[in-house]
Amino acid sequence: MRIVKVLGMLAALLMFGTAATAADGQVLLNAAGATFPYPIYSKWFNDYHQMHSAVQINYQSIGSGGGIQQLKTGTVDFGASDMPLNDKLLGMFNQKILQFPTVLGAVVPTYNIPGVSAELKFTPQMLADIYLGKVTKWNDKEITSANPGVQLPGNDIVVIHRSDGSGTTFVWTDYLSKVSPAWKSQVGSNTSVNWPVGLGGKGNEGVAGLVKQTPNSVGYVELIYAIQSHMGYGLVENSAGKFIKASLASVTDAASGAAAKMQKDIRISITNAPGLQTYPICSFTYLLIPSKIADSTKRDVIKTFLRWMLTSGQDMVESLNYARLPKAVVAIEMKQLAQVQ
Amino acid sequence: MSSNASMAKRAPSSWSVRAYLRRLATGDVVAHMVTLIFAASIVLIATLLVFQLWNNSAASRQQFGWGFWTTQTWDPVFEHFGALPFIYGTLVTSVLALIIAVPLGLAAAIFLAELSPRVISDKVAFLIDLLAAVPSVIYGLLGIFVVVPLMRTTIGPALKDAFGFLPLFSGPNYGVGFLTAGIILSIMVVPFIISVSREILLTVPREQREAALALGATRWESTWKVVIPWARTGITGSIFLALARALGETMAVTMVIGNDPKIRDSLFAPGYTIAAVIANEFTEATGKLYLSALIELGLVLFLLTFILNGMARLLILATETDRGRAS
Amino acid sequence: MKGFRLIWRKSVNMVMLTLTGVAAFAVVSVLFLILGYLVYYGGRSLNWNFFTQLPKPVGETGGGMANAIVGSAKLLFLAAVIGLPIGLLGGVYLAEFGGKTFGFVVRYTTDLLNGVPSIIMGIFAYSLVVVPMRHFSTLAGGVALGIMTIPISLRSTEEFLRAVPVSLREGAMALGSNRWKTIATVVLPAARGGIITGMLLALARVAGETAPLLFTAFGNQFWSPGWNQPISSLPVVIYTYAISPYDDWHRQAWAAGLVLLGLVFVTNIVVRTFLMRGTSYERS
Repeated sequence: MRIVKVLGMLAALLMFGTAATAADGQVLLNAAGATFPYPIYSKWFNDYHQMHSAVQINYQSIGSGGGIQQLKTGTVDFGASDMPLNDKLLGMFNQKILQFPTVLGAVVPTYNIPGVSAELKFTPQMLADIYLGKVTKWNDKEITSANPGVQLPGNDIVVIHRSDGSGTTFVWTDYLSKVSPAWKSQVGSNTSVNWPVGLGGKGNEGVAGLVKQTPNSVGYVELIYAIQSHMGYGLVENSAGKFIKASLASVTDAASGAAAKMQKDIRISITNAPGLQTYPICSFTYLLIPSKIADSTKRDVIKTFLRWMLTSGQDMVESLNYARLPKAVVAIEMKQLAQVQ
Repeated sequence: MSSNASMAKRAPSSWSVRAYLRRLATGDVVAHMVTLIFAASIVLIATLLVFQLWNNSAASRQQFGWGFWTTQTWDPVFEHFGALPFIYGTLVTSVLALIIAVPLGLAAAIFLAELSPRVISDKVAFLIDLLAAVPSVIYGLLGIFVVVPLMRTTIGPALKDAFGFLPLFSGPNYGVGFLTAGIILSIMVVPFIISVSREILLTVPREQREAALALGATRWESTWKVVIPWARTGITGSIFLALARALGETMAVTMVIGNDPKIRDSLFAPGYTIAAVIANEFTEATGKLYLSALIELGLVLFLLTFILNGMARLLILATETDRGRAS
Repeated sequence: MKGFRLIWRKSVNMVMLTLTGVAAFAVVSVLFLILGYLVYYGGRSLNWNFFTQLPKPVGETGGGMANAIVGSAKLLFLAAVIGLPIGLLGGVYLAEFGGKTFGFVVRYTTDLLNGVPSIIMGIFAYSLVVVPMRHFSTLAGGVALGIMTIPISLRSTEEFLRAVPVSLREGAMALGSNRWKTIATVVLPAARGGIITGMLLALARVAGETAPLLFTAFGNQFWSPGWNQPISSLPVVIYTYAISPYDDWHRQAWAAGLVLLGLVFVTNIVVRTFLMRGTSYERS
């Protein structure tokens, strides 16, 4: 009898747990991927849920590499990546994947040098040499010559990079490969590389966290992470030779020539883009949407969300220092939306 | 059917169908069956686990062979994978943990078993058991916010001043690194050394101690020269147990080790362990080879802990059967 | 000469014995340091919001961990449902019915499972549950944690069943009871304290596990209905927040750490004080 009572209680608990929060008509979507746009994505998905309480889009920021892989194994409904998928990667999927740029962001070199509150200037060569391990101290000639008047200590530079598969890493290494032949041959560009030196942090959050905690460190993060963590970030010399600070204007400039190229292929790299006021380390970030979605409810929700994202959603991005998509790109994406079936 | 009937005439009655059904009705056979099934499921789970590890690492094993254990590179871009940096990191942090934890733990166990009154000893042992129950992620939390800054500002510079000439303490001090991970691991494994050693020391027969003291030994001498050697096997077992635990630690280590797959001679340098790299890179390992390389690392870790745990059990069992206590 | 040697031995004796006391004191004080830090940093951030609100978007302050707390509870529930019966009945088998060789095999594999690093359990549950289901889920997390509870609950069940005096069993059987009724109505209740202890300690142990949840339960910003959706959990949130750069998240991580440790400690203390009379049995 006791056993029956206990089993009965267990069954009731089980049903409670199952039924408790499973409301009818709720659409639960799971997504994962890039940490680069996570601040704006978490705001979007949160606000979207407030507006449409039946829709829950659970986004886990595990890095672009994670987004790509989990989309491949089918454990998430859609993924997110700063690195656009090239044909080789697309070939690994057993279905067609459509890539939708969402925002434009900048990758900035953020640093934590005790006693230095000035904004440092970085040349491309400097960045490559620091990350190659050739420049090891903050008062190295390369750094001081670009920053006259700044008192730099003789401390060792603590280099911080990503420990996980990261689209931000791709953008950073893509830029370094373009400006430094040594980098290109020694390390290359990908979401995960064989770093010559440095400590690894998990996600943009982890890198920002490590830089914040570690004196004399430098790391690369998306702009909003540096701002939200109240950390200094440097100016980078662009292809026109000017030192530019990442900002809405300088990032938008980087995409000014992109729309035309994106008509043919929406995947594009805008690092080291030409332009006098352009910030050189920028990137689009993409949502990876399967072209065929079996569940019609999910498909409709995804399409509605994408439409919202391309219109009202864009109004929210600037408050988090991401740049809006150029109008021409939005038009291209609206057309691509029809391909999601 | 006919063979059953003929059997019934010749065989003892307990073998007949009726007797069997009768036993079935009493439920004993069912109970035996049911519990057997559950016990067997454990064997099934373990077998499945090993099988999965072996199977899913096949691609990497075929590609790299034994070279996997000796290759230093971990390059996802060019798909060159080698386990050496992780084996190095795992071993260095664990050995470091033992170097700190064994003297500390043994000393504490001696105090609890030999010197303190039984009442205090039991209460303190209880507190030590609580320490063993602290989750890994909490150690990681304290590691990041307490130990790492301490290492960077106090412990590191002090060590550098004293021993900076050794390659072991060369290089910049980041706060995170092998040393920090080793220190945190030592705190995590010391409770196991203490509780097992204490119990084993408590089982050493009084006559041994009394004989030593009767011969004029000091308290310490009787402990160090008589009691400990007597309990030597069990204590070694506790050390293996602690080592096995340290090898598999994931969260606390990945939060303070710096996550850099390189082999470096300085303890201040960042490193990587097998468990940490699996935790960081598993969800994003694109490509069959990458994933199977990670799983092969898991297989390596599994084998290491398996062997150590086995040896530990044998050693502890050896001391226990001495007392005639079945385990 | 003889005098000097004696003084030397006596001083060594004094020094060494003091050192052992110091060592014991040091280890115990670590425990109180951990508690102290958590109470100090975590206590400040514990408020009603923490327990009732969902997390806010990245970078915004406020928000809580309601879904992580409930998530951990659901995962533990599943772990108990999956793992404890196996541990219990397996222990009954070993203590009451076990054959020599098969009993040895079962014990050996249980010890093997106990020594498996938790991250490997995560890999196992990933390939066993997540990949076929094509979903991160509470179920996968529950399976990983459940398997981890088996060794502890099995060992304590077996040990406490064996400790029940033979006279009790014989008395029941003399009264005409058969084997399984004896076990169910006499032996198990007699060993009840120790068995429940083992189960609760097993649950307390897996409550703090993070690694196996990283790729099974994954994570969730919202509530997780049912059993086949990703779910948030206290240990994973502590990890995520601790490595982030946001002060607000750090505060919450401390508070969550305090809650987690509090639960683990309270369980351990209650169980060990009231249900287990003094013997420390668990060794790994």
